Amino acid sequence: MTKEIQSPALKTAPPAPARIAPAASAPAAAAVTFDVRQLNVWFGSNHVLRGVSLEILPKAVTAIIGPSGCGKSTFLRALNRMHDLVPGARVEGRITLFGEDLYARGVDATLVRRRVGMVFQKSNPFPTMTIAENATVGLRLNGLRQKDVLQERMERSLRMAALWDEVKDRLHANAMSLSGGQQQRLCIARALAIEPEVLLMDEPASALDPLATAKIEELILQLKQDYTIVIVTHNMQQAARISSHTAFFYLGELIEFDQTSRIFTNPKEKQTEDYVTGRFG
Amino acid sequence: MTRHFDEELAKFKEILLMMGSYAESSVSQAVQAVTERNDQLAEQVQHNDDIMDRYEIDIDDMAINLLAKAPLATDLRLITVAMKISQNLERIGDEATTIARRALELNTEPQLKGYVDIPRMAAIALSLLKESLDAFVNKQPEKARAVVPRDKEVDALNRQLYRELSSYMVENPSTISRCLNLMTVAKSLERVADHAANIAEEVVYLCEARDIRHEANKPLP
Repeated sequence: MTKEIQSPALKTAPPAPARIAPAASAPAAAAVTFDVRQLNVWFGSNHVLRGVSLEILPKAVTAIIGPSGCGKSTFLRALNRMHDLVPGARVEGRITLFGEDLYARGVDATLVRRRVGMVFQKSNPFPTMTIAENATVGLRLNGLRQKDVLQERMERSLRMAALWDEVKDRLHANAMSLSGGQQQRLCIARALAIEPEVLLMDEPASALDPLATAKIEELILQLKQDYTIVIVTHNMQQAARISSHTAFFYLGELIEFDQTSRIFTNPKEKQTEDYVTGRFG
Repeated sequence: MTRHFDEELAKFKEILLMMGSYAESSVSQAVQAVTERNDQLAEQVQHNDDIMDRYEIDIDDMAINLLAKAPLATDLRLITVAMKISQNLERIGDEATTIARRALELNTEPQLKGYVDIPRMAAIALSLLKESLDAFVNKQPEKARAVVPRDKEVDALNRQLYRELSSYMVENPSTISRCLNLMTVAKSLERVADHAANIAEEVVYLCEARDIRHEANKPLP
């Protein structure tokens, strides 16, 4: 499984001379995928993320943990400008993707979301579409019409999502005929089909049984060879199994960010220790 | 709110400390069996060893069950450290049994000489064991660190006694069996001190997540 990073430009306007093509012309910036500086998010008057700064490394899995309401999902959604869709949401601070400011004036949020794919907690295949149609819907919405290309990209994304062998004989069955775990992998395939550079995952396995969870985790470990993955999880052991770095959020603040092995054996902050040992509050 | 898991951990620690107190009293009784020429105490030590073997199995069994609940951070360190401590305590029990067996043999012959070094070695070894277990209970890494180098004191006494007993054997071959038994007793006490130092090293890991074993060694290439 290989994937070239060929990111479309974020801006719809004609390219500026200094525009960054990731990895190629900005080797220094490519050392980190996301560089988040002093990120603050408000929903109305509710200040839900407070001065968060961290760097997310490429081709690695970064886990975000913390109690409900601590700002994990808000942080994740800020990484692909999902808050633009929420009335009353306000984002301040700076987030760069391979050196390029995601919130700069003129940056098209739709293009950001194409480069930064997202998988949600509840699998959400389009219920009126077949498996094949679900896998290619992003491409078709982006105007791709050639059948042979669609076919090839569908198969590739289903293979990358470790679903191909299970569905290749029933590609035209309704997506809802799949099991919960298969539906979630179909959603991952759908996200992969448009060839993003980053995958954000918001509790992608929390509704799945251990076997389906193991498949998703195995898939994440496969995908990290080519992608930057940021995953929100409530499952400490899952974070320990799949991530190299873990960030602990509490009450909208980043309390601790370190190598996962340190967070789970010897965290520096007492709040982290109390959370990971289940003694919170 | 007290968590059920905390209650299980407390029970787990309690059993480990019970095992620790058996280890202390076994060593103490075994040495007394030698110095006071008391066969009954020697037999008591052998009985205690069976109990300690049982404790070791129970502690491993509890540890596996606790690990299956996927503990993290200090809980994870506590459980893994406790398994290692119980292994060291079981070995201390074995050393006490060795001393007790030698006491039974020594008691069949007249006492070779007044015992001076063996009670001194026992006193140091037992204090190291007590301090490392106290450091475990009270989570005192400084106290544990202080234990580690002190097993050298017992090593030195062992070497001194070895030389002394060697010259006894040369001078009077009829003392050979008694000297060999006393050498074994001294070697066992030296090992008790080593195990106490191992426990102390585990306590430092428990408290600081820092592995101080073999610190002089270079990392593997």
